[in-house]
Amino acid sequence: MVRPYILTGGRTEPSHRELAIETLVSTTTSGTAAVWFLDHEEAAIVRLCETYQSVAEIAAHIGIPLGVARVLVSDLVGAGHVRLHRPPTISERPDGQLLRRVLHGLRSA
Amino acid sequence: MVSAPRDLAAVPLPVKILVSGGFGVGKTTFVCAVSEVEPLTTEAMLTTASLGVDDTAYLPDKTTTTVALDFGRMTLSTGLVLYLFGTPGQGRFWFMWDDLSYGAVGAVVLADTRRLADSFPAIDYFEDRDVPFLVAVNCFDGHASHAPTSVREALALPIAVPLVLCDARDTASVKTTLVQLVEHAVELSDAAEL
Repeated sequence: MVRPYILTGGRTEPSHRELAIETLVSTTTSGTAAVWFLDHEEAAIVRLCETYQSVAEIAAHIGIPLGVARVLVSDLVGAGHVRLHRPPTISERPDGQLLRRVLHGLRSA
Repeated sequence: MVSAPRDLAAVPLPVKILVSGGFGVGKTTFVCAVSEVEPLTTEAMLTTASLGVDDTAYLPDKTTTTVALDFGRMTLSTGLVLYLFGTPGQGRFWFMWDDLSYGAVGAVVLADTRRLADSFPAIDYFEDRDVPFLVAVNCFDGHASHAPTSVREALALPIAVPLVLCDARDTASVKTTLVQLVEHAVELSDAAEL
């Protein structure tokens, strides 16, 4: 058994404010090009995120704990291999405009 | 090489709603009713953030203490993707709720009239943190066994917090509950801006 945190080289998890688990992740062209040079889990993330995925989905699909997924994703962001998609203003509560979009979307779902 | 941007317009914005309540109250069923994918499970680990909550000092290996987190997804027509996270309802998992509730649209606290006390920790938590929430009484048999007013009294739920009935197995009922939650969140947001 490999201790999950071995995968992260003992690095600590980014805070939730930096990388929420619902944040969407998508692979960049540089990520696609680098896939053969990446470690197993990072390569798996880069392949998976050819179609955008949330951090939570990455953890579930690859079978790694959430904390590990967050560390690896944040490394991949640093290397330019994936990019993040999230509301432009990160705050404790979504603003009224975003809430109305959620409401409208749910009503027409 | 500079990586060329992909079609950013095709990527929606993520938002989330938490679904909490006691063990076995129907959180996963609720998520399942509206999720476009089979609900997924991931594991969050007890970290140092849990110190003082769970005493991990006596556990032989701290890293093996995990909490399962079930979640589902709804893609909305308005360029959003809504994640529903079913969160363990016990107070000892508060460390996880802190992580999850940051940036959340709000929370649904599922309640079972036979075990109302199981929903106290979640209600207390969301009240304390000013997370918009409602209490949804899960009617397993399709009808309420208790009058809403008596449930509200038993939960000591302020009148400002919506109390609704829902059937966690029924897609339309779950969707209605989510709409009611977001309506409540909009009202609170509007009131805060005045």
